[in-house]
Amino acid sequence: MAFKTLRRGVRAMVNAMLDPVAELGRAGLKALAGLGRAHLLLLHLLAGSAEVVWRPRLLLAQVFNVGVLSVLIVAVSGLFVGMVLALQGFYVLSQFGAEESLGVMVAASLVRELGPVVTALLVAGRAGSALTAEIGLMKATEQLAGLEMMAVDPVRRILTPRFYGGLISMPLLVALFSAVGVLGGYFVGVGLLGVDDGAFWSQMQSKVDFREDVVNGVIKGLVFGVVVTWIALFQGYDSTPTSAGVSRATTRAVVHAALAVLALDFVLTALMFGN
Amino acid sequence: MAKQRSIEILVGAFMAAALVALFFLAMKVSNLGTSPAADGYRVTARFANAGSLKVRAPVNMAGVRVGRVEDIRFDKKTYEAVVTMRIENGVDTIPDDTFANIFTAGLLGEQYVGLEPGGSENFVRDGDELTQTQSALILEQMIGQFLFSKAEEGGK
Repeated sequence: MAFKTLRRGVRAMVNAMLDPVAELGRAGLKALAGLGRAHLLLLHLLAGSAEVVWRPRLLLAQVFNVGVLSVLIVAVSGLFVGMVLALQGFYVLSQFGAEESLGVMVAASLVRELGPVVTALLVAGRAGSALTAEIGLMKATEQLAGLEMMAVDPVRRILTPRFYGGLISMPLLVALFSAVGVLGGYFVGVGLLGVDDGAFWSQMQSKVDFREDVVNGVIKGLVFGVVVTWIALFQGYDSTPTSAGVSRATTRAVVHAALAVLALDFVLTALMFGN
Repeated sequence: MAKQRSIEILVGAFMAAALVALFFLAMKVSNLGTSPAADGYRVTARFANAGSLKVRAPVNMAGVRVGRVEDIRFDKKTYEAVVTMRIENGVDTIPDDTFANIFTAGLLGEQYVGLEPGGSENFVRDGDELTQTQSALILEQMIGQFLFSKAEEGGK
């Protein structure tokens, strides 16, 4: 009798000790399942690519939503980032008597890193959060279910045009950001700080390579565009259909997109410029 | 319908602005506007020491850029650096006894190839080799030599 209670007690204790392990496993499986759903959604999005060709108007509206409406914030941020880069770069370079290299510093850092990364973060905040909230609310108000009832695939009809809209807009916004940033750097460097006009441009041209720097920067923008829109769409599509669920999904979309962009930027930089 | 049209116009303007930005980056910021495309002819030169010469470094003649370094490789038989340069097609009157030096632009600047024309009547053509070369000056070696000669003077 005493032996039986002892055994029961030991079993309960072992079970209690295993609880945290089970918790960890559950969290891991949940994360893995989410990753799987995200990839299934990506495949579904890509499978619906033809929809974009057949209905260019849907795509146009999304390029408008993601691209045109982001132009203002992207251009203004680019201008100020370029101006601050020039100001800060001048402070360091003037200590070595190398103010003429200011153009190279501003252009190379904008075109290679800051342009794609900052634009992606801005688009994640401005357009990505809006996408998540829109899709999440469509799900919460059962509009997506309604489409399905009418035998219209909501992923193809609603999500795919948004995906391609982001994918097309991002590289264009990156080019805009970098160009405006270089102009901002020019205004501060040449206009305010008195760097030589000719040296600013000629040093820039001799050190910045079109294929190596500009094209790679735009490719980065394309990759970030895919990642940011994909995460935003997935979080919206996968959200719990309640007001709290949609708000959580929106937060998650921005946080995950920002982390993914920063981590991916390191990988891309290592691949592109790391030799 | 009018709304659709204004969206179309704005998207078009956005794309045009982005393409202008890309064009600006290509022509004004990067070297696409200035560098000759991959045309020009190749000339090689062997240096005992290429210093820190880099691919894409300028090749200058009388201080004017006439080409770029295309390739630097090591010749394992002669233990020399073989530098391949691409010279612009317009510059086709380089004598075949031209002297190739590796110079440094300023004290901390990057290294470049400087060509000093010789007196020969024959001009180099694609694939030719410049035989008269002078290696890069290595600052540490020069300081070492200087110190050595100073020490010798002091000993006398």
